Amino acid sequence: MTGLTSGIVRQQQKAKMADSGDSSAAERNNSASETADERLKRIYSMVNEKETPLPRSWSPKDKYNFIGLSQNNLRVHYKGIGKNHKDAASVRATHPIPSSCGIYYFEVKIVSKGRDGYMGIGLSAQGVNMNRLPGWDKHSYGYHGDDGHSFCSSGTGQPYGPTFTTGDVVGCCVNLIDNTCFYTKNGHNLGIAFTDLPHNLYPTVGLQTPGEIVDANFGQQPFVYDIEDYMREWHQKTRVTIESFPVPDHKGEWQKTLQRMVSTYLVHHGYCSTAEAFAKSTGQSFTEELTSMKNRQRIQKLVLAGRMGEAIDTTQSLYPGLLERNPNLLFVLKCRQFVEMVNGTDSEVRGLSARSPKSRNSSGSSTGSEYRSSPSLSPSHHRMDTQRANGKIERTYVTGNKSPNTGELINTKSNPSTSANQDHASVAEMNAVNSVTNGFSSNQVDVEMEVEEYNSQMVCNGVSSRVNDGASTSYMNGCSHNSQHREDLMETDDFDTDKEVQSQRRQLCGGSQAAIEKMLQFGRELQGMSVQLRRQYDKNEANKKVLQVKLHLTDTPVYYKCHSLGGSYRA
Amino acid sequence: MLMDTSDMICDTYPGEMIGREYMENLYGEDMDRVLHSVVKLKNAVIGNNKQKFHMMSLGVVGRLLEFIQNERAAVGLRTESAIVLGSLAKGSQANVKRLVDSGVVPILLQCLNNSNLKFVEGCLRCLRSIFTSQAAPVELLYTDPGVVPHMLDIVSQSPTTQECICSILAQCCKTSEHQGLLYSNGVIESLAPLLASKMYKVQMPALRVFCVITYTNQIVSSAVASATVSERPLPDLLVELCLRDKSVEMQMSSAKCLTYMCRANALSSQDSKIVYKALPTLIRMCKKDRRLEERVEGAETLAYLIEVDLELQRIASYSDHLIPTLSEFLRYPSTQTTVMDLKRLDYDMKHSYELRAAALMAFASLGANDEDIRKKIIETENLMDHVVCGLSDPVIRVRLAAVRCLHSLSRSVQQLRTSFQDHAVWKPLMKLLQNADDDMLTVASSTLCNLLLEFSPSKEPMLESGAVDLLCDLTKRDDPALRLNGIWALMNMAFQAEQKVKSQILVALGTDQLFKLLSDPDVNVLMKTLGLLRNLLSNKPHIDHIMGMHGQQIMQAIVLILEGEHTIEVKEQTLCILANISDGTTAKDFIMANDDVLKKITNYMIHANVRLQIAATFCISNLVWNEEEGALERQMKLRDMGVQKLLQQLLSSSDTVLFDKVKTALQQFT
Repeated sequence: MTGLTSGIVRQQQKAKMADSGDSSAAERNNSASETADERLKRIYSMVNEKETPLPRSWSPKDKYNFIGLSQNNLRVHYKGIGKNHKDAASVRATHPIPSSCGIYYFEVKIVSKGRDGYMGIGLSAQGVNMNRLPGWDKHSYGYHGDDGHSFCSSGTGQPYGPTFTTGDVVGCCVNLIDNTCFYTKNGHNLGIAFTDLPHNLYPTVGLQTPGEIVDANFGQQPFVYDIEDYMREWHQKTRVTIESFPVPDHKGEWQKTLQRMVSTYLVHHGYCSTAEAFAKSTGQSFTEELTSMKNRQRIQKLVLAGRMGEAIDTTQSLYPGLLERNPNLLFVLKCRQFVEMVNGTDSEVRGLSARSPKSRNSSGSSTGSEYRSSPSLSPSHHRMDTQRANGKIERTYVTGNKSPNTGELINTKSNPSTSANQDHASVAEMNAVNSVTNGFSSNQVDVEMEVEEYNSQMVCNGVSSRVNDGASTSYMNGCSHNSQHREDLMETDDFDTDKEVQSQRRQLCGGSQAAIEKMLQFGRELQGMSVQLRRQYDKNEANKKVLQVKLHLTDTPVYYKCHSLGGSYRA
Repeated sequence: MLMDTSDMICDTYPGEMIGREYMENLYGEDMDRVLHSVVKLKNAVIGNNKQKFHMMSLGVVGRLLEFIQNERAAVGLRTESAIVLGSLAKGSQANVKRLVDSGVVPILLQCLNNSNLKFVEGCLRCLRSIFTSQAAPVELLYTDPGVVPHMLDIVSQSPTTQECICSILAQCCKTSEHQGLLYSNGVIESLAPLLASKMYKVQMPALRVFCVITYTNQIVSSAVASATVSERPLPDLLVELCLRDKSVEMQMSSAKCLTYMCRANALSSQDSKIVYKALPTLIRMCKKDRRLEERVEGAETLAYLIEVDLELQRIASYSDHLIPTLSEFLRYPSTQTTVMDLKRLDYDMKHSYELRAAALMAFASLGANDEDIRKKIIETENLMDHVVCGLSDPVIRVRLAAVRCLHSLSRSVQQLRTSFQDHAVWKPLMKLLQNADDDMLTVASSTLCNLLLEFSPSKEPMLESGAVDLLCDLTKRDDPALRLNGIWALMNMAFQAEQKVKSQILVALGTDQLFKLLSDPDVNVLMKTLGLLRNLLSNKPHIDHIMGMHGQQIMQAIVLILEGEHTIEVKEQTLCILANISDGTTAKDFIMANDDVLKKITNYMIHANVRLQIAATFCISNLVWNEEEGALERQMKLRDMGVQKLLQQLLSSSDTVLFDKVKTALQQFT
């Protein structure tokens, strides 16, 4: 962000130096004669293409079979049978959108709507199933031509814009500053379609019926929509923010402000000695006591290690009354604890299970490109990913837990009958879990619902792969209250990816029966708490925010685990 | 120049003491000392409203004006005097008024002829402050016809003259006469280069002038559209001022100017400057992150831009979530926001009605022509409730906007049958009509017309609540638009109505009024009155009943119209009424017994216009219809008149409709 803003400021200064009256006229003259390269360089001047190449064409490697490419991989046509949604096919661009773009835009011209015009234009993360239209899966976003709906990681769309068909030009703009996306049709802005987008998405188009042909313009040609005007507004906004940033000190003396910033950062994260040394050398003072800082650090470590029960206990003993005053915080912590219980990390179940806590990936190198999971296990939170790469604390977070042992996998494989027995028992319980989690979702706001739903599917997939046929039916039952449409989409995946899921299997609560029961009990209590909280607070904005935070908390560990297990299996 | 004024300001009784002292000094003999005190005065009043008021009470203005008017006085003194006046004009409204009352304006305008730039600038600054205040004495600018041309002459002299003159002109152009005057004095050529100025404070007032001169003025708009600034078209320059890194005010004003030019037919509504610049800019101005004033102005201008253009309405309807954004206007201030800041609340309340009115106007424009857009608007959550509430809003502007909106939406058959009925919109509408002004009545009665269409379920309850009397009253108004709406609504009401309703209309309207309307100077009123007659005279029993009561007068009126100088449409409509009459049983006699009318009908059978021929033949066909009593005698009479022969001649017509009618008529003869 800092790089981006400074870039913007530099650009602005440049623009300022040029004759303000005539600069845009000059620009326009340029655009007629400039080459594709010059255009892209000018629009995305802050992108270093050596490090993060811009998408310039569709990828012949990252597409479904039913997609054909031509004209320098810019034209996409459908070549499947196109019977139903199972024949949908997508293609991603060669590269993800570089974050340094700030604002990214591409356009797609509908050359032919083909038989039914089931075309989707949008964005998806690496690894999202290509046998789909963009928008149907987690980390996939799309705007569909047949109904004009927007699809935000869901099989059911929301009314969004007009339909589009042969001859129309549809544009998609990703604003990486506020993480939103809007579409355009024939040069008219249709308004924001998605918010809270993760980074590292790829431009994606999907087609579904024969005869559908679309052409992409990644900036090689002038755009129909005046994206540069939009960029101009953001440049201006950013500049104004910087210029009007209040300086509390005298006459723009920044030093004290900067020092205070560093100091509060150090104190906040509990780097006591550093904070102390820094304060001494700069003549600053901080109010918090060192022991308090250390205590906070301790709790933080426990949280990061997934030992939530201990973290809650410690908080309660060190800061009595804190969690009572913040029931929402307690709820969030407990939700996390539940997740940790399921994967066997939390201390409540850790003692009961035979093994040490499930590991977290310690390499920290899990970039999106390495990650390929089945779509039903899809969520890879790229945003978390990038944040982790940027932030300092998050790096320390990856503590050296035990890595997954392959021996255990072999073990379960070689004893299918015993493990199946054990799991038959747990299937019934899993349905109970489903109802518990569904119970949550019905009581929570929408955002959360997806998480819960998703978690339950995670768990269930794990089960069904172990018990195969017997369990998969009950899995379906368990899920069916969620969304009919969604289930439809899920179905195919289940079979496609069964094998993969099996390979990524792990055991519930570390495999201990007692732990499972404890976890279930905990889940019920948690539900009770959620109901109570809702009654008490109704749905206020803050609560909603907290739950959104939870979405990330609950998602991430799962993602990490999948990755590390997958890795070890391949090895 | 730096005066030591600290002693005066610190004085315990600053006003009294120093004031008098100043006055004495101003009347001194030593001109240097006088100049010195004027400068001191300037420093004393700057930014001090109380002091300004006090000095003015002491009569300082008169003395300063003497200096200013004194041709022999040193120009330095005159300039300083003008500057002090400028400072005084920057005070409260009351101060400005006192200055105007002291006759400052004509004197300063006169002084603009001086050759000293500094002095002229001083005068202009003062004039700018006066003219941009709320109590601007606009007409004073035009009293001396030499003033405006002179201002345009000197405008280019300095940034200050540019800024001040543009600001004054932007404020003082209020009527089409003003626009014409400015235009004929070359305002476009003089100010166009200023749009390309590098100084914002020059650019902005210049742009404002272009807004006010183009508003609803086709001649000026066309001239602006074809003007150039250093060989670039002026509209292109406006587009540049519309770019998104310009200030909001500038974007708004340039979009407004483009809008005015478009509505004055100087720019096509398909022009990319309109479709891709003005339209999206205005839509953006409605967004949540804009200030309330900007949102109001944006929505109002948008409503004006798209009012009559279907394509712009369509684009706007799906651009940038406009409809939900506008519907938020109606909910402002939202009840959820906690009432913490009273100042903020006051600001919100002040703007909430403006927001409501603006949004309703925008919805009215959006839904003016397209059924899908109307559906989209009505399906917006709670929107109909807000529209209905708007009909009884305490603020008249909101009521008017709500009626406009309702009028747009009432053009939809589906909405008339469904949501309008669900919300019983007729109730507040009828109430609104009781004591409304003409503006309101015009729109409200147009809406009423639609609500009275035969398929509308509102028709019945409206009849019961006295709609007939209300509409009959409208037909007696001076405003032709109101008469038209009244008679139109009655016509809709009479269509396929029961006998009871028809009688009610006739009684309430009275035959006198009906015949008065038949000689209405407005042809549209005449047409609708004929339509009403036609609707009244439909199906046999009704025809006979009505003719039985008013036959004589109706026939008179018909003859009058057929003999008068009227358009084909009017005559056709009249012949259709005759045809209806001839469909009655006893009513037929009114025609058969009137040789004059029969003669007229036969004449129209051989008229050059085929539509009149058809109508006349249709009439004959009804008269000779052989299944009816007395048909034989009527056939005989008409045969004697040579009608049968005439019909046979018409068989050679190439018009198929006429041919069919003629054939049917001939078949009746036995």
